[in-house]
Amino acid sequence: MSVRAPFNLDVIRADFPILRRKTPEGRTIVYLDNAATSQKPESVIEAISQYYRAHNANVHRGVHVLSEEATQAYESARQKVAQFLNAPNERNIVFLRGTTEAINLLAQSYGRPNLGPGDEILISHMEHHSNIVPWQVVCRQTGAELKVVPIDEHGVLDIEAFEAMLSERTRIFSCVHVSNALGTINPIKRMVSRARSVGAITMVDGAQAAPHMPIDVQDLDCDFYAISGHKMFGPTGIGALYGRAELLESMDPYQAGGEMIKYVSFEKTVYNEVPHKFEAGTPNIAGAVGLGAAVDYLRSIDFEAAMGHEEDLLEYGRQQLERLPEVRLIGTAKEKAGVLSFWMEGTHPHDVGTILSHEAICVRTGHHCAQPVMQRFGIPATIRASLAFYNNHEDLDALIEGLKKVKRVMLG
Amino acid sequence: MNDLQDLYQSVILDHSRNPRNFRAIDGANAKAEGYNPLCGDQVTVYLTLEDHLITDASFQGVGCAICTASSSMMTQQVKRLSSEKALQLFELFHDLVTTAEEFDIDTLGKLAVFSGVRNYPMRVKCASLPWHTLKAALEQKEQPVTTE
Repeated sequence: MSVRAPFNLDVIRADFPILRRKTPEGRTIVYLDNAATSQKPESVIEAISQYYRAHNANVHRGVHVLSEEATQAYESARQKVAQFLNAPNERNIVFLRGTTEAINLLAQSYGRPNLGPGDEILISHMEHHSNIVPWQVVCRQTGAELKVVPIDEHGVLDIEAFEAMLSERTRIFSCVHVSNALGTINPIKRMVSRARSVGAITMVDGAQAAPHMPIDVQDLDCDFYAISGHKMFGPTGIGALYGRAELLESMDPYQAGGEMIKYVSFEKTVYNEVPHKFEAGTPNIAGAVGLGAAVDYLRSIDFEAAMGHEEDLLEYGRQQLERLPEVRLIGTAKEKAGVLSFWMEGTHPHDVGTILSHEAICVRTGHHCAQPVMQRFGIPATIRASLAFYNNHEDLDALIEGLKKVKRVMLG
Repeated sequence: MNDLQDLYQSVILDHSRNPRNFRAIDGANAKAEGYNPLCGDQVTVYLTLEDHLITDASFQGVGCAICTASSSMMTQQVKRLSSEKALQLFELFHDLVTTAEEFDIDTLGKLAVFSGVRNYPMRVKCASLPWHTLKAALEQKEQPVTTE
């Protein structure tokens, strides 16, 4: 591992080519939609390109030189992800399309065979649809019941209610680490510990946490933890599920096909070892290589300083937004990461998004795949500016100026 | 880039701030709900039909400026049209906000202010949602229609 360079925002920004691009009108892109997907550093783009230029072959098959190199690149990416999450071993890491697929895998490979009537799955009110719908599906299949921990007006989980809802009936606790719609950081370590004490299996959706904080699955002591590559400066279509070894061993495969088998005859099939048992078909090799490069990138920068910079930006953005009387922030937890979600009185988020886009400002407007959160706050949608460490104060100033223009256009 | 004022014309802003026919019709004999899952726009269209003639039209719901203005102006335009004529107007309106380089201003009338929408592909559904809902009401569909 190379020596970490001190955090220099100009150097960091120069690592992300898209931040230099201009619109046809000559405006520089202001990218504040990082919770939807993050931009990619040159090193990630180059790693994918180099993989296809020099090493492309199928993995775990064939003995030729390219297949060996591709297998080596793919498995070395697994090691990198294992180190990034502080997993005990790379065999704890299953490569998947992303967090959505990870939760679906868990629901079907663990939930479906192990749940029945009377059993409960506990989630929170601030989940992304991807941590709601797979559980509704498995509840319908098994007769288990879905329970939801409420949130308060700041977008903070009601921990007392959580404690009260835990019981020996709670078989699975699946919760988001950082909310994509609100930015709330949940006290996930404490919650995992409480859920495990009643015998529940614990799953953490880490899609929004990984780009903002170090993750240590052994310290969290969770059974499963899922990440999405594209939210953490890697490519789309690749993500990873960390799983406790004995659980992964005991679980059925998620999909069946090539790669996930050891031996096949028409009478009997022996499944491959963990984690390959869960990776049917030719995997997203280039994606894994890109994710490995993203992990390398995150480990090459002064991440602690990057986090400090992001906290400054979040506080600055909050203060600037609060100066606009029409703005109502949605999600005002003390513990927050990366997200400024808000409603602008007298306007609709969709109109705000279109007008900001005219200024080359990219924000997300909508329900952020978290409609229950919107229902909780009694609004159909929000405007969400979401940060990464490559953002600067000028990006937020541009947002504020853009919102003033929205006022001029929409409110006269 | 296109001028924002092509999209947010003053007529559209006026209708979005002060929507006309924004009410339920007691005893409406045709009604449908429309929903755009992309942005959460939701509109309910109420119609009074007498022998396939629309004698009253109204709407309620929450939506962006484009959706609200489109609903408001649609309810004005379809009043006193036969259901067949109203559906023909939907066809013309749909062309107006998607592809049409030229349009029949005599038939579309005030609705021509929505021509700027076609430069914003992500916003076409905002303008067309009330019309899809009107169509569902005329066809007496019970399931809410969506733009997806």
